[in-house]
Amino acid sequence: MSRIQAIAQTMTAPVAIKTKLSVDRLSMVFERDGTRTEVLNNISLEVGDGEFVCLLGPSGCGKTTLLNAMAGFLSPTSGEIRVDGEPVRHPDPRRIFVFQERGVFPWLTVEGNIGFGLSRLPRAEREQRIAHYVKMVGLQGFEKTYPQELSGGMKQRLEVARALAVNPDMLLLDEPFGALDSITRLVMRGELLRIWEAERKTIVFVTHDIDEAVQLADRVVVMSARPAAIQRIVDIDIPHPRDISDPRYLELRDGIFRQIGLAHKI
Amino acid sequence: MPGQTAALARLRLLLRPVAFIAVLLLLWSVAVRRAPGHLLPGPWGVVGGIVDLIRHGLLLKYVVASLFRVTWGFILAVVLAIPLGLAIGWYRRAELALNPILQILRPISPLAWIPIAILWFGVGDLAAVFLIFIGCFFPLMLTAINAVHSVPAVYINAGRNFGLSSAALVRRILYPAVVPHLIVGLRITLGIAWLVVVAAEMIAVSSGLGFLIVDARNAGNRYDLVVAGMLIIGLIGLLLDLGMQSLENVRSFRWGYSED
Repeated sequence: MSRIQAIAQTMTAPVAIKTKLSVDRLSMVFERDGTRTEVLNNISLEVGDGEFVCLLGPSGCGKTTLLNAMAGFLSPTSGEIRVDGEPVRHPDPRRIFVFQERGVFPWLTVEGNIGFGLSRLPRAEREQRIAHYVKMVGLQGFEKTYPQELSGGMKQRLEVARALAVNPDMLLLDEPFGALDSITRLVMRGELLRIWEAERKTIVFVTHDIDEAVQLADRVVVMSARPAAIQRIVDIDIPHPRDISDPRYLELRDGIFRQIGLAHKI
Repeated sequence: MPGQTAALARLRLLLRPVAFIAVLLLLWSVAVRRAPGHLLPGPWGVVGGIVDLIRHGLLLKYVVASLFRVTWGFILAVVLAIPLGLAIGWYRRAELALNPILQILRPISPLAWIPIAILWFGVGDLAAVFLIFIGCFFPLMLTAINAVHSVPAVYINAGRNFGLSSAALVRRILYPAVVPHLIVGLRITLGIAWLVVVAAEMIAVSSGLGFLIVDARNAGNRYDLVVAGMLIIGLIGLLLDLGMQSLENVRSFRWGYSED
């Protein structure tokens, strides 16, 4: 391997990447029973093509609302979200939302779930794609199994496979590993990174777990409590696979801990 | 052998209710013998009554007549109430408009409709079918409305995310998501239909198991036939319920009944 190649490989994000998603002065206000709740306050953010961005903030701060707006499930009170320059007005299979939990359809088997978005494809191609993604997320042998009989980690992998099968440009993941035990969560992060490196989708990943954000993301967007505003955007300039005892890793993590205002001593 | 023990265990499980029924029958016949009079016919008298009914060809005729009415009333209610209920549950505005009327009509016993049924349809099958229809319609419609409400928004959003049209959303998300709830409603409602047919047949027609019971009493106090009729109603009701219950074991519905 030449030195240039080696250098190229250690670079996490290419320079001057194309903008995939842009959020422009987005605000979100919910009105219910006459009371106004300001959830998002003047958020501006750009996400590059193929980039992995984590939205990090305390629970209930509005990061899920932001993700829902990116998906097109909610329309903003003011401001705009654009994908590839086009304003987002409704959900679109080019950007698939992966839900916190129970997002898979319990009435369909593993195969049925992965093939859900592929009903327009010819049968042979559909089956080939299903087989490909079954293998990618390691669910071989469970094709005819219903989600009820799968573990939490398997269900979450199934949902990621269902999302990837329609070949979206972008994945929007809402605390996808939040309900899993800590060991499964670690394994799933590794799996997600492996898939991301293979498919190079743009990923926006919501989490309240600082370690998770620093392990996964190219950039971590640190958000404040409600109404959520962007406090800081942290570049994670460590190549994958990341060593979680690396001094740079700890430095970045501790920086975010301080930013959020937590002492990291228990 | 493990297979044998399992079979033995199953046999023992089956034996318990059988033994209990045997004890009840014994107590029944002892009680009747101790206190003769007109309290109740003994078990043998009831068996004699059933044999009598079979010999006259009435048992099959009445069972078929009752099942015929239940089938039509029930199917009509299913065909109308479920799509309507799903639509009302889906469109919030329709529900807001219709809910008060539904809540007023719902608590009216189907038996209160008997005079109107006879006024509209005369004495005959149609009146009985109508009463069963009324008895099933409101519970089914409310089941369908509530079933739509119980569908998690996650499923609907996921469906929209994959680019489904409204029609596809109903067919591929809403329908499979509500089926387990609907089956529970169908099971309860079929039970109601079977209750209502007996009452309807006592008044509106001159055949069927309900008619058998009033007729046996009116035509010479044949209480052996009354109890025989009751027993048959109970057994058929049980079979109907078991049939509906077996739907809950269909693999793609089973998720709806687990605790998880």
